[in-house]
Amino acid sequence: MCQVDEDYQEQLQQAEVPSVSKKCVKCKEAPAAVVIRAGDTFCRGCFKEYFIHKFRAMLGKNRVIFPGEKVLLAVSGGPSSCSMLSQVQEGLSQNAHKKLRFSPGIVFVDEGGAVGQSVEERQRTLAELQAVFKATGFPFHMVPLEQVLELPSSVLVTAPALSERPAGAYKAAVDRFIQSDSSSSVPPRQQEETSLPHVQESHRQLLQQLIGSAKTQTAREDLLNTLRQHLLVHTARTEGYSKLMLGDNCTRLAVKLLTSISLGRGAQLAQDTGFSDSRYGDTILVRPMRDYSAKEIAYYNRMFSVPSVFLPSLDTKTTDKSSIQRLTESFVTKLQADFPSTVSTIYRTSEKLQTACRSSSAADHWDRCLLCMCALDTAVEKASAFKATLISEQLSQTKSPGASSAELQRQNPAPVELESAAPSGDCCSSGGENCVKAASGGGCCSSAKVPETSDLKTLLCYSCKLTIKDMSSVERLPQYILSEAHRRQRRSQMREEISDFLLDDEDDGDQGD
Amino acid sequence: MAAPIAIHLEFGGGAELLFNGVKEHHVTLPSQSEPWDVKQLLVWIQRNLLKERPELFVQGDSVRPGILVLINDADWELMGELDYQLQDQDNVVFISTLHGG
Repeated sequence: MCQVDEDYQEQLQQAEVPSVSKKCVKCKEAPAAVVIRAGDTFCRGCFKEYFIHKFRAMLGKNRVIFPGEKVLLAVSGGPSSCSMLSQVQEGLSQNAHKKLRFSPGIVFVDEGGAVGQSVEERQRTLAELQAVFKATGFPFHMVPLEQVLELPSSVLVTAPALSERPAGAYKAAVDRFIQSDSSSSVPPRQQEETSLPHVQESHRQLLQQLIGSAKTQTAREDLLNTLRQHLLVHTARTEGYSKLMLGDNCTRLAVKLLTSISLGRGAQLAQDTGFSDSRYGDTILVRPMRDYSAKEIAYYNRMFSVPSVFLPSLDTKTTDKSSIQRLTESFVTKLQADFPSTVSTIYRTSEKLQTACRSSSAADHWDRCLLCMCALDTAVEKASAFKATLISEQLSQTKSPGASSAELQRQNPAPVELESAAPSGDCCSSGGENCVKAASGGGCCSSAKVPETSDLKTLLCYSCKLTIKDMSSVERLPQYILSEAHRRQRRSQMREEISDFLLDDEDDGDQGD
Repeated sequence: MAAPIAIHLEFGGGAELLFNGVKEHHVTLPSQSEPWDVKQLLVWIQRNLLKERPELFVQGDSVRPGILVLINDADWELMGELDYQLQDQDNVVFISTLHGG
């Protein structure tokens, strides 16, 4: 079967080798400079046109970004996101054919602390990037990852979508926009001299401990992705941006698709790799670069001098087998070398994925995973593989005294309702109503002030559960995650208490925090 | 006997990490009886320039999958990949598209 090392050379016919004497397949005049896909040779000019056109077509085909909207570009400094930035600049420029019509901003998340860079190195990269961003004229925000320790827990709450726009509204909105201010252009705002953000030493250490508490490289990368996404969404929300553009290219998304399946995120594939991702409700994540292969982007950047800064990440210079993400990347790239349609096949498959519509209302918070904000996939029937893993886990764990029978009962959940394990939070602090529940569960008012690992697990989807399982202690998680977890557990307990009195599935008023 | 040829090498996309962070190298390949081709250039780079982790740059005879090679700003697939014969003042660029360096 298809093995990476297997040699097919003798059996296949020699594929026609493109050579430089070949002409561009499009204009048929200029000499070819790049080979795209299998055997399509383009000259410089045609390649540039093709590249620019693809970006516009991607945005135009998925009519998600409305004219005049504020869109935040998440730039990591890498080639894809810098290419995205230059495409947006290109699209907004006056002489563009069919110019783009939104107001962009830039955000950069400085992850140097998590990766182990020194302060001077971080300052240096920040200065380099600041120069690049200033040249574009768009407002930019440089945010250190350490800010994740200060996020409010509202980040983890799905806000309602800003406005439900019917399908026909896009064309009408475009026409209106063209009529109203076709003459005025948005002048590049002069960004005030912003000094580079300074990070407190204590925060830096906390972040390093947090990343360090994940025992496997896979968990570390997953955790970093989650934190980064939360920070990006928070920045978009506070600065008033309704859309967030991510620079994931086709190759990276193909790797991400296979990685997600390996990590147990199969239920969330459509949102993780699709063009638009609406899990946060008010801020929509958009991936306009998903049709570009890494090769096309690298060539374009090189040939047309798009500035980009290389930043080391968690898996720089690691071996092939250090993490699932790394292994999948190596697998896909090696396969692509021999079978050039690998990445595009995976991409076409991902385009066909759709999220199954859940019947639950959008405002139901505990329908969502605490960390990744996707719909929980753990409400399954009794005789499922998932239940089997829960039972075997339970049987192999040592029980804490006094909680054994209560816990065993609680681990038999009905299909729909969420269970919370023995409460160990501040159950007596908010009035007396929770103590009744707590007393029967044992372990009430224990000295532990933060949820234990087993408690968090009920709030997470399958793959986030695995990530948390790989962490040595959940206390290192940022405060916003722990307090939101706490809040959801309390509400879920309360729901159980008053479940007999509830009509339909509606919430009664919040009992207060 | 072929004369020694001067080549301008560039590394980008993270590949420079394997070469002490130096992105541009002007090198002169010593003269030898047959003309230099890219395959021999890779061996030469591995022996003389590569500071660490050779498996992150070369794989077998060729470059590791995921590393793009441009010869005089054109795709090396158009030039014959490993069999292209180097000429004096050629510009060879290696760009890594991978995360892992």
